[in-house]
Amino acid sequence: MTAATILSEADRVRFYDLEEHDHPDGHSTMLGFWIYLMSDCLIFAILFACYAVLGGNYAAGPGPKDLFDLPLVALNTAMLLFSSITYGFAMLAMQRGRIGATQFWLAVTGIFGAAFLSIELYEFSHLIHEGATPQRSGFLSAFFTLVGTHGLHVTFGTVWLVTMMVQVARHGLIPANRRRLMCLSLFWHFLDVIWIGVFTFVYLMGMLR
Amino acid sequence: MSHDTHLEGAESHGSLRDYVIGFLLSVVLTAIPFWLVMARPLASPGWTAALVLGLAAVQMIVHMIYFLHMNGKSEGGWTMMALIFTIIIVVIMLTGSLWVMYHLNTNMMPMPHDMSQMP
Repeated sequence: MTAATILSEADRVRFYDLEEHDHPDGHSTMLGFWIYLMSDCLIFAILFACYAVLGGNYAAGPGPKDLFDLPLVALNTAMLLFSSITYGFAMLAMQRGRIGATQFWLAVTGIFGAAFLSIELYEFSHLIHEGATPQRSGFLSAFFTLVGTHGLHVTFGTVWLVTMMVQVARHGLIPANRRRLMCLSLFWHFLDVIWIGVFTFVYLMGMLR
Repeated sequence: MSHDTHLEGAESHGSLRDYVIGFLLSVVLTAIPFWLVMARPLASPGWTAALVLGLAAVQMIVHMIYFLHMNGKSEGGWTMMALIFTIIIVVIMLTGSLWVMYHLNTNMMPMPHDMSQMP
Protein backbone atom coordinates (compact mmCIF):
# COMPACT_ATOMS: atom_id res chain seq x y z
CA MET A 1 0.00 0.00 0.00
CA THR A 2 2.62 2.51 1.14
CA ALA A 3 5.14 1.25 -1.38
CA ALA A 4 2.67 1.85 -4.20
CA THR A 5 2.06 5.39 -2.98
CA ILE A 6 5.77 6.20 -2.83
CA LEU A 7 6.29 4.74 -6.26
CA SER A 8 3.50 6.82 -7.77
CA GLU A 9 4.89 9.96 -6.10
CA ALA A 10 8.30 9.34 -7.62
CA ASP A 11 6.99 8.38 -11.02
CA ARG A 12 4.60 11.27 -11.39
CA VAL A 13 5.19 12.94 -14.72
CA ARG A 14 5.24 16.67 -14.52
CA PHE A 15 4.16 18.93 -17.34
CA TYR A 16 5.28 22.48 -17.63
CA ASP A 17 3.16 24.52 -19.95
CA LEU A 18 5.77 26.55 -21.75
CA GLU A 19 3.88 27.08 -24.98
CA GLU A 20 1.61 30.09 -25.23
CA HIS A 21 -1.97 29.09 -25.86
CA ASP A 22 -3.62 30.39 -28.96
CA HIS A 23 -5.33 33.65 -28.09
CA PRO A 24 -7.10 34.82 -31.21
CA ASP A 25 -7.43 38.60 -31.48
CA GLY A 26 -10.46 39.77 -29.53
CA HIS A 27 -11.68 36.37 -28.39
CA SER A 28 -12.45 37.70 -24.92
CA THR A 29 -13.52 41.22 -25.91
CA MET A 30 -17.24 40.59 -25.58
CA LEU A 31 -16.91 39.18 -22.04
CA GLY A 32 -14.57 42.01 -21.06
CA PHE A 33 -16.97 44.60 -22.42
CA TRP A 34 -19.83 42.96 -20.55
CA ILE A 35 -17.82 43.22 -17.31
CA TYR A 36 -17.29 46.93 -18.07
CA LEU A 37 -21.05 47.36 -18.56
CA MET A 38 -21.69 45.70 -15.21
CA SER A 39 -19.29 48.16 -13.53
CA ASP A 40 -21.14 50.97 -15.31
CA CYS A 41 -24.33 49.50 -13.92
CA LEU A 42 -22.86 49.95 -10.42
CA ILE A 43 -22.15 53.64 -11.14
CA PHE A 44 -25.78 54.15 -12.10
CA ALA A 45 -26.95 52.14 -9.07
CA ILE A 46 -25.01 54.52 -6.81
CA LEU A 47 -26.54 57.55 -8.54
CA PHE A 48 -30.01 56.01 -8.24
CA ALA A 49 -29.36 55.43 -4.53
CA CYS A 50 -28.30 59.10 -4.19
CA TYR A 51 -31.46 60.22 -5.94
CA ALA A 52 -33.59 57.95 -3.76
CA VAL A 53 -32.05 59.44 -0.62
CA LEU A 54 -31.92 63.09 -1.72
CA GLY A 55 -34.93 63.13 -4.05
CA GLY A 56 -37.27 64.46 -1.39
CA ASN A 57 -35.05 67.33 -0.22
CA TYR A 58 -36.49 70.30 -2.11
CA ALA A 59 -35.03 72.95 0.26
CA ALA A 60 -38.28 74.90 -0.21
CA GLY A 61 -37.55 74.91 -3.94
CA PRO A 62 -39.48 73.43 -6.86
CA GLY A 63 -40.40 69.72 -6.78
CA PRO A 64 -40.90 67.17 -9.57
CA LYS A 65 -44.54 68.16 -10.12
CA ASP A 66 -43.55 71.78 -10.78
CA LEU A 67 -40.71 70.91 -13.14
CA PHE A 68 -41.26 67.71 -15.11
CA ASP A 69 -43.05 67.70 -18.44
CA LEU A 70 -44.23 64.12 -19.00
CA PRO A 71 -45.13 64.40 -22.73
CA LEU A 72 -41.55 65.58 -23.37
CA VAL A 73 -40.18 62.63 -21.37
CA ALA A 74 -42.44 60.27 -23.33
CA LEU A 75 -41.09 61.71 -26.58
CA ASN A 76 -37.53 61.25 -25.30
CA THR A 77 -38.28 57.66 -24.34
CA ALA A 78 -39.69 57.02 -27.82
CA MET A 79 -36.50 58.42 -29.41
CA LEU A 80 -34.32 56.04 -27.40
CA LEU A 81 -36.62 53.08 -28.07
CA PHE A 82 -36.62 53.76 -31.83
CA SER A 83 -32.82 54.06 -31.76
CA SER A 84 -32.66 50.65 -30.06
CA ILE A 85 -34.58 48.86 -32.80
CA THR A 86 -32.76 50.68 -35.61
CA TYR A 87 -29.47 49.59 -34.05
CA GLY A 88 -30.89 46.07 -34.07
CA PHE A 89 -31.56 46.46 -37.81
CA ALA A 90 -27.95 47.63 -38.28
CA MET A 91 -26.74 44.47 -36.54
CA LEU A 92 -28.96 42.30 -38.75
CA ALA A 93 -27.59 44.05 -41.86
CA MET A 94 -24.06 43.51 -40.52
CA GLN A 95 -24.67 39.78 -40.11
CA ARG A 96 -25.67 39.58 -43.77
CA GLY A 97 -22.52 41.51 -44.67
CA ARG A 98 -24.37 44.41 -46.28
CA ILE A 99 -22.25 47.53 -45.75
CA GLY A 100 -24.73 50.00 -47.25
CA ALA A 101 -27.66 48.86 -45.13
CA THR A 102 -25.48 48.74 -42.00
CA GLN A 103 -24.35 52.32 -42.58
CA PHE A 104 -27.91 53.47 -43.26
CA TRP A 105 -29.29 51.99 -40.03
CA LEU A 106 -26.30 53.26 -38.03
CA ALA A 107 -27.01 56.75 -39.38
CA VAL A 108 -30.70 56.46 -38.42
CA THR A 109 -29.66 55.32 -34.93
CA GLY A 110 -27.30 58.27 -34.67
CA ILE A 111 -30.08 60.69 -35.64
CA PHE A 112 -32.40 59.26 -32.98
CA GLY A 113 -29.57 59.48 -30.44
CA ALA A 114 -28.93 63.11 -31.37
CA ALA A 115 -32.67 63.84 -31.12
CA PHE A 116 -32.70 62.32 -27.63
CA LEU A 117 -29.76 64.49 -26.60
CA SER A 118 -31.29 67.63 -28.07
CA ILE A 119 -34.55 67.08 -26.21
CA GLU A 120 -32.66 66.42 -22.98
CA LEU A 121 -30.51 69.53 -23.39
CA TYR A 122 -33.67 71.56 -24.13
CA GLU A 123 -35.22 70.20 -20.93
CA PHE A 124 -32.08 71.00 -18.89
CA SER A 125 -31.80 74.54 -20.28
CA HIS A 126 -35.50 75.07 -19.59
CA LEU A 127 -35.05 73.93 -15.98
CA ILE A 128 -31.97 76.11 -15.46
CA HIS A 129 -33.78 79.05 -17.04
CA GLU A 130 -36.58 78.59 -14.49
CA GLY A 131 -34.01 78.75 -11.68
CA ALA A 132 -34.03 74.98 -11.05
CA THR A 133 -30.25 74.70 -11.21
CA PRO A 134 -28.22 71.80 -9.76
CA GLN A 135 -27.25 74.07 -6.85
CA ARG A 136 -30.87 74.79 -5.92
CA SER A 137 -31.60 71.72 -3.76
CA GLY A 138 -30.47 68.21 -2.96
CA PHE A 139 -33.24 66.89 -5.19
CA LEU A 140 -32.01 68.90 -8.20
CA SER A 141 -28.34 68.02 -7.56
CA ALA A 142 -29.20 64.32 -7.55
CA PHE A 143 -31.50 64.73 -10.57
CA PHE A 144 -28.94 66.51 -12.75
CA THR A 145 -26.18 64.08 -11.75
CA LEU A 146 -28.22 60.97 -12.53
CA VAL A 147 -29.90 62.13 -15.74
CA GLY A 148 -26.77 64.05 -16.83
CA THR A 149 -24.56 60.95 -16.43
CA HIS A 150 -26.96 58.98 -18.62
CA GLY A 151 -26.96 61.80 -21.17
CA LEU A 152 -23.15 61.84 -21.12
CA HIS A 153 -23.15 58.11 -21.85
CA VAL A 154 -25.49 58.63 -24.80
CA THR A 155 -23.20 61.44 -26.02
CA PHE A 156 -20.16 59.16 -25.96
CA GLY A 157 -22.21 56.38 -27.54
CA THR A 158 -23.10 58.74 -30.40
CA VAL A 159 -19.44 59.75 -30.84
CA TRP A 160 -18.51 56.06 -30.90
CA LEU A 161 -21.26 55.40 -33.45
CA VAL A 162 -19.97 58.10 -35.80
CA THR A 163 -16.44 56.71 -35.35
CA MET A 164 -17.69 53.25 -36.30
CA MET A 165 -19.42 54.62 -39.40
CA VAL A 166 -16.09 56.11 -40.53
CA GLN A 167 -14.30 52.84 -39.72
CA VAL A 168 -16.84 50.77 -41.68
CA ALA A 169 -16.65 53.20 -44.60
CA ARG A 170 -12.84 52.93 -44.69
CA HIS A 171 -12.25 49.25 -43.91
CA GLY A 172 -15.59 47.55 -44.48
CA LEU A 173 -17.13 44.92 -42.21
CA ILE A 174 -13.85 43.33 -41.18
CA PRO A 175 -13.85 41.08 -38.07
CA ALA A 176 -12.47 43.89 -35.89
CA ASN A 177 -15.24 46.25 -36.97
CA ARG A 178 -17.90 43.59 -36.45
CA ARG A 179 -16.59 43.05 -32.93
CA ARG A 180 -16.62 46.79 -32.20
CA LEU A 181 -20.13 47.13 -33.56
CA MET A 182 -21.27 44.30 -31.29
CA CYS A 183 -19.71 46.05 -28.29
CA LEU A 184 -21.47 49.28 -29.25
CA SER A 185 -24.70 47.29 -29.61
CA LEU A 186 -24.38 46.10 -26.01
CA PHE A 187 -23.54 49.65 -24.87
CA TRP A 188 -26.48 51.21 -26.71
CA HIS A 189 -29.07 48.69 -25.52
CA PHE A 190 -27.64 48.88 -22.00
CA LEU A 191 -28.22 52.66 -21.98
CA ASP A 192 -31.83 52.01 -22.97
CA VAL A 193 -32.19 49.67 -19.98
CA ILE A 194 -30.82 52.41 -17.70
CA TRP A 195 -33.27 54.88 -19.23
CA ILE A 196 -36.17 52.58 -18.24
CA GLY A 197 -34.97 53.05 -14.66
CA VAL A 198 -34.64 56.82 -15.13
CA PHE A 199 -38.07 57.50 -16.62
CA THR A 200 -39.77 55.15 -14.17
CA PHE A 201 -37.98 56.11 -11.00
CA VAL A 202 -37.22 59.79 -11.57
CA TYR A 203 -40.02 61.10 -13.78
CA LEU A 204 -43.05 58.84 -13.24
CA MET A 205 -42.47 58.23 -9.52
CA GLY A 206 -41.64 61.93 -9.14
CA MET A 207 -45.10 62.84 -10.41
CA LEU A 208 -46.66 60.39 -7.91
CA ARG A 209 -44.70 61.68 -4.93
CA MET B 1 -10.84 33.75 -40.42
CA SER B 2 -10.99 31.14 -37.68
CA HIS B 3 -11.34 33.97 -35.24
CA ASP B 4 -14.27 35.32 -37.21
CA THR B 5 -16.11 32.02 -36.97
CA HIS B 6 -15.29 31.92 -33.28
CA LEU B 7 -16.99 35.27 -32.77
CA GLU B 8 -20.02 34.18 -34.75
CA GLY B 9 -20.29 31.05 -32.64
CA ALA B 10 -19.67 32.64 -29.26
CA GLU B 11 -22.02 35.58 -29.52
CA SER B 12 -25.69 34.88 -29.88
CA HIS B 13 -27.31 37.15 -32.42
CA GLY B 14 -30.90 38.17 -32.49
CA SER B 15 -33.16 37.60 -35.43
CA LEU B 16 -35.48 40.16 -36.97
CA ARG B 17 -38.33 38.42 -35.16
CA ASP B 18 -36.54 38.89 -31.80
CA TYR B 19 -35.99 42.60 -32.35
CA VAL B 20 -39.57 43.22 -33.50
CA ILE B 21 -41.06 41.27 -30.57
CA GLY B 22 -38.77 43.12 -28.15
CA PHE B 23 -39.67 46.48 -29.67
CA LEU B 24 -43.45 45.86 -29.59
CA LEU B 25 -43.31 44.61 -26.00
CA SER B 26 -41.23 47.66 -25.02
CA VAL B 27 -43.70 50.06 -26.64
CA VAL B 28 -46.60 48.48 -24.73
CA LEU B 29 -44.61 48.32 -21.47
CA THR B 30 -43.62 51.99 -21.84
CA ALA B 31 -47.05 53.25 -22.89
CA ILE B 32 -48.91 51.64 -19.96
CA PRO B 33 -46.89 53.31 -17.13
CA PHE B 34 -47.02 56.72 -18.85
CA TRP B 35 -50.78 56.32 -19.28
CA LEU B 36 -51.14 55.23 -15.63
CA VAL B 37 -49.36 58.35 -14.39
CA MET B 38 -50.68 60.90 -16.91
CA ALA B 39 -54.36 59.82 -17.00
CA ARG B 40 -54.44 58.37 -13.46
CA PRO B 41 -57.09 55.68 -14.03
CA LEU B 42 -56.17 54.29 -10.60
CA ALA B 43 -57.01 56.61 -7.73
CA SER B 44 -54.47 55.12 -5.32
CA PRO B 45 -50.92 56.46 -5.82
CA GLY B 46 -49.53 53.41 -4.03
CA TRP B 47 -51.05 50.94 -6.49
CA THR B 48 -50.07 53.12 -9.45
CA ALA B 49 -46.47 53.26 -8.18
CA ALA B 50 -46.34 49.51 -7.60
CA LEU B 51 -47.71 48.80 -11.08
CA VAL B 52 -45.30 51.29 -12.72
CA LEU B 53 -42.30 49.74 -10.94
CA GLY B 54 -43.46 46.23 -11.83
CA LEU B 55 -43.84 47.12 -15.52
CA ALA B 56 -40.35 48.70 -15.51
CA ALA B 57 -38.87 45.48 -14.12
CA VAL B 58 -40.66 43.45 -16.82
CA GLN B 59 -39.44 45.85 -19.52
CA MET B 60 -35.84 45.57 -18.28
CA ILE B 61 -36.08 41.78 -18.58
CA VAL B 62 -37.59 42.12 -22.09
CA HIS B 63 -34.65 44.34 -23.12
CA MET B 64 -32.16 41.89 -21.60
CA ILE B 65 -33.61 38.96 -23.55
CA TYR B 66 -34.55 40.51 -26.91
CA PHE B 67 -32.01 43.35 -27.32
CA LEU B 68 -28.99 42.28 -25.25
CA HIS B 69 -29.57 38.58 -26.14
CA MET B 70 -28.83 37.43 -22.62
CA ASN B 71 -28.91 33.72 -21.97
CA GLY B 72 -27.15 31.29 -19.64
CA LYS B 73 -24.90 29.93 -22.39
CA SER B 74 -23.09 32.93 -23.93
CA GLU B 75 -19.36 33.10 -23.04
CA GLY B 76 -19.69 29.82 -21.17
CA GLY B 77 -22.24 31.29 -18.75
CA TRP B 78 -19.91 34.01 -17.47
CA THR B 79 -22.01 36.93 -18.69
CA MET B 80 -24.96 35.55 -16.72
CA MET B 81 -22.75 35.03 -13.65
CA ALA B 82 -21.46 38.62 -13.90
CA LEU B 83 -25.04 39.89 -14.26
CA ILE B 84 -26.29 37.94 -11.23
CA PHE B 85 -23.32 39.13 -9.15
CA THR B 86 -24.00 42.75 -10.19
CA ILE B 87 -27.70 42.47 -9.38
CA ILE B 88 -26.86 41.12 -5.89
CA ILE B 89 -24.45 44.03 -5.25
CA VAL B 90 -26.97 46.56 -6.56
CA VAL B 91 -29.79 45.19 -4.39
CA ILE B 92 -27.60 45.17 -1.26
CA MET B 93 -26.40 48.71 -1.96
CA LEU B 94 -29.81 50.19 -2.80
CA THR B 95 -31.70 48.63 0.11
CA GLY B 96 -28.79 49.30 2.48
CA SER B 97 -28.52 52.98 1.50
CA LEU B 98 -32.26 53.58 1.67
CA TRP B 99 -32.63 51.75 4.97
CA VAL B 100 -29.73 53.52 6.68
CA MET B 101 -30.51 56.98 5.30
CA TYR B 102 -34.22 56.68 6.11
CA HIS B 103 -33.46 55.93 9.75
CA LEU B 104 -30.81 58.63 9.83
CA ASN B 105 -33.36 61.15 8.55
CA THR B 106 -36.08 60.18 11.02
CA ASN B 107 -33.67 60.12 13.98
CA MET B 108 -32.08 63.51 13.25
CA MET B 109 -33.08 66.51 15.30
CA PRO B 110 -35.20 68.96 13.35
CA MET B 111 -33.11 71.84 12.08
CA PRO B 112 -33.99 75.23 10.64
CA HIS B 113 -33.34 75.65 6.93
CA ASP B 114 -30.95 78.50 7.49
CA MET B 115 -27.98 77.15 9.41
CA SER B 116 -26.56 80.63 10.09
CA GLN B 117 -29.43 81.20 12.55
CA MET B 118 -27.97 78.48 14.78
CA PRO B 119 -26.32 79.67 17.99
